[in-house]
Amino acid sequence: MAFESLTDKLSGIFKKLRGQSRLTESNMEDMLKEIRIALLEADVNYKVVKEFTNNVKEKALGQEVLRKVNPSQMLVKIVHDELVELLGSEDSEIHYQNTRPTIIMMVGLQGTGKTTTAGKLAYLLKNKMNKTVLLAAGDVYRPAAIDQLDQLAKTVGVDIVNMGTKVSPVEISIKAKEKAFNEHYDVLIIDTAGRLQIDEQLMQELNDIRDAVSPDEILLLVDAMSGQDAVNVANAFNAQLALTGAVMSKLDGDSRGGAALSIRHMTGVPIKLTGVGEKLTDLDVFHPDRMADRILGMGDVVTLVEKAQEAIDEKEAKKSVNKMMSGKFDLTDMLAQLKQVKKLGSLGGLLKLIPGMPKITPEQTEAAEREMKNVEVIINSMTEEERHNPDILKYSRKIRIANGSGKSVAELNRVLKKYEQMKATMKQLETYRKSGRMPPGGLGGLGGMGGLGM
Amino acid sequence: MGLISFLKSKFHKKDNQTEKYNQGLEKSRKNFSNKLQNLTMKYKSVNQEYFEELEEILIESDVGVNLALQIIEDVLEESKKEKISDPQRINEILVDKMFVGYASKGDIQNELTFLEGTPTVLLVVGVNGVGKTTTIAKLASRYKKQGKKTLLVAADTFRAGATEQLTVWAERLGVDIITGPSEADPASVAYDGVRKARLENYDFVIVDTAGRLQTKANLMAELSKIKRVIGKEIEEAPQETFLIIDATTGQNGVMQAKAFAEVTNLTGVVITKMDGTSKGGIILAIRDELGVPVRFIGLGEKLDDLEEFDLDKYLYGLCVGE
Repeated sequence: MAFESLTDKLSGIFKKLRGQSRLTESNMEDMLKEIRIALLEADVNYKVVKEFTNNVKEKALGQEVLRKVNPSQMLVKIVHDELVELLGSEDSEIHYQNTRPTIIMMVGLQGTGKTTTAGKLAYLLKNKMNKTVLLAAGDVYRPAAIDQLDQLAKTVGVDIVNMGTKVSPVEISIKAKEKAFNEHYDVLIIDTAGRLQIDEQLMQELNDIRDAVSPDEILLLVDAMSGQDAVNVANAFNAQLALTGAVMSKLDGDSRGGAALSIRHMTGVPIKLTGVGEKLTDLDVFHPDRMADRILGMGDVVTLVEKAQEAIDEKEAKKSVNKMMSGKFDLTDMLAQLKQVKKLGSLGGLLKLIPGMPKITPEQTEAAEREMKNVEVIINSMTEEERHNPDILKYSRKIRIANGSGKSVAELNRVLKKYEQMKATMKQLETYRKSGRMPPGGLGGLGGMGGLGM
Repeated sequence: MGLISFLKSKFHKKDNQTEKYNQGLEKSRKNFSNKLQNLTMKYKSVNQEYFEELEEILIESDVGVNLALQIIEDVLEESKKEKISDPQRINEILVDKMFVGYASKGDIQNELTFLEGTPTVLLVVGVNGVGKTTTIAKLASRYKKQGKKTLLVAADTFRAGATEQLTVWAERLGVDIITGPSEADPASVAYDGVRKARLENYDFVIVDTAGRLQTKANLMAELSKIKRVIGKEIEEAPQETFLIIDATTGQNGVMQAKAFAEVTNLTGVVITKMDGTSKGGIILAIRDELGVPVRFIGLGEKLDDLEEFDLDKYLYGLCVGE
């Protein structure tokens, strides 16, 4: 995931400070130097880094801070606040019109993900916001770009204005706007060809499209992996077109996200959306404070809860929680719980959101995901009776289940052991509940995860 | 004679190629060399501040903080040893260090080599959106002009429109292409392509693959499968594997190169979109970390906007300017 290694670096730096009783010029100096290198390695713009470290230093050396007992915590807070400041302290969302179609125009360098994002945005609007969407295929230059958008439109199930490659993008945009207004679409998304910000002729073309259709939003696509030049590119596009926002794409790589940290601050253009994968569903609304939390390894509980709310069937969850609490937790419930967790997405992605869990390698995540699969396969090979009543599982039944699931008896035994552990955890939770105290970290239905060998 | 004067004399008579190279690199050159020259004018004699600004220039070119610090340290050391404080000469040492640093990391050979009787297979890999397909078209055009019987293999069966994009290029170029159904196993398409090439005596096969982020374990495994399958059909193949990197890429480029080198046998890097404002300092960073050479650079959208990478010219463009 993006930012990960920046997170590691920063938490390492903060750790060193733990032994220190107060912040002094000298221990600050070393630490600031390390923060500086960590940010530069993350491709944060040179000027932003300079300003950032200066601000942190100034705030940290203020009298107030010096008197605080724990310099490490204080510093984390200062850095956190500065990061939020960089990323923009308010959420900025796309503004939708109520009485007429909202026109969104996608612009950017080649290969930043305009067409893909247009498809993802159409998906988001149609499925999550119940809007009718019209796509306009305005990239007449890149071979097969129109085919690409065409295929995306079909997959998402939205309409497209496709006039081929012989018509000018300006004309396509005007036609698309007419159609959007006449047929009362909620949103029109105009895809444009990738271009270099120094290509005057093509930049003029974008200007012409803008003048012809007056879009409500002009979104610049920025590749999360871009280097120091990202800011120059954004500045150039902004100067020409007056951007209303940026979309960071490819944030699912191991980029350290420096471009994301620099753009808003250096150009004033807020980040509105982030692309986090290749699937149509992989587009998220950007929240600066949550991102800052994540960069500092503080997890992102809000996103986790939101994801959980979307994916978890509340009735189902209540049912199994009640059952668990009453001590009647069986393998059917374990399987149901597992399925709920799986709906949230990949385990690795999920764990990133939980505070205090940064030290998990991709191998460990993969192993855990394999393990979850094993549990599922093995339980699926059991009869109803066995699932409700695991105690009856004796040797011959175990052999049958092992053969049926293609796993070994040892693996089956491991699953049973986990089941016992989960059951024990549930009992403990019940004691907590009765005594009126909350368990530490209480994640409710997710509590059972502890039993999954994590 | 310092390196800069050597380079200047070497390129005094500008041939056509240098001209184009310079046009493409114009932006990078202006940025880098203007800054360097401004710096030279600002300081009569170098001091701590001078070196800090030098460091800034390097980092802003995406050379990477570690390499930048190392280069500066080397320059500082030499300038102390030789008691040099003239900014102009310091800059010459800087270019020297970059030149030697790159050249000492391994071979410099750009053009592909072709064998008698067996096709040269080039596997093209990279993250999403770097310009793999366009680069393939440019390479195909280049070697077709040299009389090589060329076959394109559309093993990007994932991205919507990818096969169509390569097919359009094949038609424009008049070269043959092998495609598979959408969502087909890319390894099987690659196999079919290489097999056809062997049976029908092609000289040159370029295998396009889907863009993939280097963090996706399953997609990287798919890539190593493609490589294996190609090797089953023609021993030693793919003889060449090019990683395509966007010139605007920051330090993530190094991570890309490392990850792709783990699953394939990377023999070169192609830097695309060098006609923008970015400085492509990642060229130096990748070479420094992995020793993989840059073979070609993409300087525009036209078919012949692909040039052999030339270290002299690159540094000349970057540092000397005019």
